[in-house]
Amino acid sequence: MNELRNSVLRILERDARETPERIAAMLGAPEESVREVIAECEQYGMIRAYRTRIDWEKAGEPRVFAFLDVAATPERGTGYDRIAERIYRYPEVHSVYLVSGSQDLRVVVEGRTIQEVANFVAEKVATIDGVRGTTTHFLLKKYKDDGDLFVDDAPDRRLAVTP
Amino acid sequence: MKPLSRMVQSVPASGIRRFFDLVAEMDDVISLGVGEPDFVTPWRVREAAIWSLEKGYTTYTSNYGLLELRIEIARKHQERYGQDYDPAREILVTVGVSEALDTAFRALLDPGDEVLIPEPCYVSYGPCVQFAGGTVVPVPCRAASGFRVSAEDVAAQITPRTKAILLSYPSNPTGATMDREGLQQIVDLAVAHDLYLVSDEIYDRLSYDAPHISVASLPGAADRTILLNGFSKAYAMTGWRIGYACAPAHVIEVMMKIHQYTMLCAPITAQLGALEALRRGDRDAAEMVADYDRRRRLFVRGLNDLGLDCPLPGGAFYAFPSVERTGLDAETFAERLLQEQRVLVVPGPVFGEGGVGHIRCCYATATDKLTEALRRMQTFISSL
Repeated sequence: MNELRNSVLRILERDARETPERIAAMLGAPEESVREVIAECEQYGMIRAYRTRIDWEKAGEPRVFAFLDVAATPERGTGYDRIAERIYRYPEVHSVYLVSGSQDLRVVVEGRTIQEVANFVAEKVATIDGVRGTTTHFLLKKYKDDGDLFVDDAPDRRLAVTP
Repeated sequence: MKPLSRMVQSVPASGIRRFFDLVAEMDDVISLGVGEPDFVTPWRVREAAIWSLEKGYTTYTSNYGLLELRIEIARKHQERYGQDYDPAREILVTVGVSEALDTAFRALLDPGDEVLIPEPCYVSYGPCVQFAGGTVVPVPCRAASGFRVSAEDVAAQITPRTKAILLSYPSNPTGATMDREGLQQIVDLAVAHDLYLVSDEIYDRLSYDAPHISVASLPGAADRTILLNGFSKAYAMTGWRIGYACAPAHVIEVMMKIHQYTMLCAPITAQLGALEALRRGDRDAAEMVADYDRRRRLFVRGLNDLGLDCPLPGGAFYAFPSVERTGLDAETFAERLLQEQRVLVVPGPVFGEGGVGHIRCCYATATDKLTEALRRMQTFISSL
C-alpha cells in the first residue's frame, strides 16, 4: 500500500492536475485504489496543498521576494518555535525554515515593492522579542524554483524519424 | 563509370527514409517515430565532458577504450548480472552499439555464413550481416507469442552454414522481453550446434516488469556470446555515439583488430561522459526509467481503448500495436495517419515480415503529447 501511495505522490508532486484515472493507468493500479490513496493522503496531511507555480514576471505583475536570515535566541522548552510562529503567521511570509549555520531561521518574504518588504522586515521581524539580527537578500532573478525551470529549456532537437 | 559495389547495392535502403521525406514538409507533427529518449543527457554527464575538454582531454585513447571505463563496465555487469568480464581483455569500447554490431559480424563471418535473426527487429542487423559477407536467415516471431523468439523456430532454420544467432531483448520495435527459460533454450541450441550468440542488450535498463536477464550470464553462454550494450538509451546519450562489446578474449582480440584499423578508438569526450554516467548517473537513469514506465502504461491503455490491440510491452520504449481491426495495412495506416492527423508512427514491416499489420509507436515523449497523439488517432480511426 505504501508503495502505491508513494508512487501516486511522486506523480502528483510533479503535476497536481493528473487525474486519478490517468494515474491509475500510469501505475497499472485500480482507479478506486488511487482515489482512496489520494483521499487518505489529504486526510492525514501527507498532501499539504495543490498549487500552481506561476511566473508573475511573465504575467505582467512582478513581485518582490527576499530571503531573510534571522538570528534568534532559543527559548527553554520551545526552542525557536515561538519566534518562528510569530514570523510565519504573516501572510507576506512564504516559508520559514529552521536551518543550521551561523543564522537560525531562513524566511522567504513576498511583497509588491522593495520598500514594502524592507519595512516589513524592519517593523515586524527585527522587533520580535528574541530576534538578535536579520540579513535581507533580495531575489534578483529566478532560474529554478522547487524543481521547475524559470528560463526556457532546450527545445526537442530529435529528428522526426529514427530507427 | 564502373558500377559501385554490387553487394552494397543489393542491400535495400531503410524503409524509414520515405517517412522522413514526407514529414519534412509538414508542421505540427507529433512524432512517435523516433528511436531515442526525449530527455537530454543528464547534466552531470554533459558537465563532466565539458570539464574534460577544458582540461585538454583531447587525445586518442587505447584501442580498447579507457581502462577506467572498461573497469566500470565490468563492475556494472558484475553488479547487475553477476557476470565477470576481464576489463583488460574482454571489453571493447566502440562508437555506439552500431559499430560494435558491424565489428562483431565482421569478426565472426566468412562469405556464405548464415546468421539467424528473429524478426521484427532493428533495421541494421540484416545489412550489417550482409556487409560482412554473411547471409541473413530471418526467424519470424509472432504477435500471438508476444514477439518472443521460440527455440523451435530457431532450430528449424539451423543448417551446417549457420554461424550465429542474433538476440535483441528488450526489443526494438516490439518492446518484447524474454524470460530466463526462453533464453536458456536458445543458449542450449547454440551450445548443441556450436553457434555464436550476438546479444544486443542496449535496452537492458529499460525492463519494467522483471529484471533484465543478460544472455551471457546463462549457463553455457559466456564463452560463445558477444554482448553489445551502450549508453544511448539508459543515459539519453544517443548523439555521443558510445557503446561497447563484451566477449571472450579471443573474440575481442579479433574485433579490436577491425576497430583499430577502422575507428582507432571511440571519441575520448564520449568515453569520459560514459565514465561519469556509470559512476554517478544511476539516479538519473532510474528517474528516466520510472518516467518511461508511467508513459508506457498510460499510452498502451490508450491504444487498447482505441481498438488497437497491444499487450503491455515489458521493455524498451516502444508499443507495437496491431492495426488489423481498422482494416488498413500498416503502411496505409501510417501514411494516412500522418497526412490526415499529423501523427508519425512507423509501419511494422519496416522491421521485417513479422511486423505486418503492426505499427511502432515510441512513447519516449511527454505525456501531454502522448495524450494529444491518442486523441488524433481516435479522430483518424473514427473517420475510417
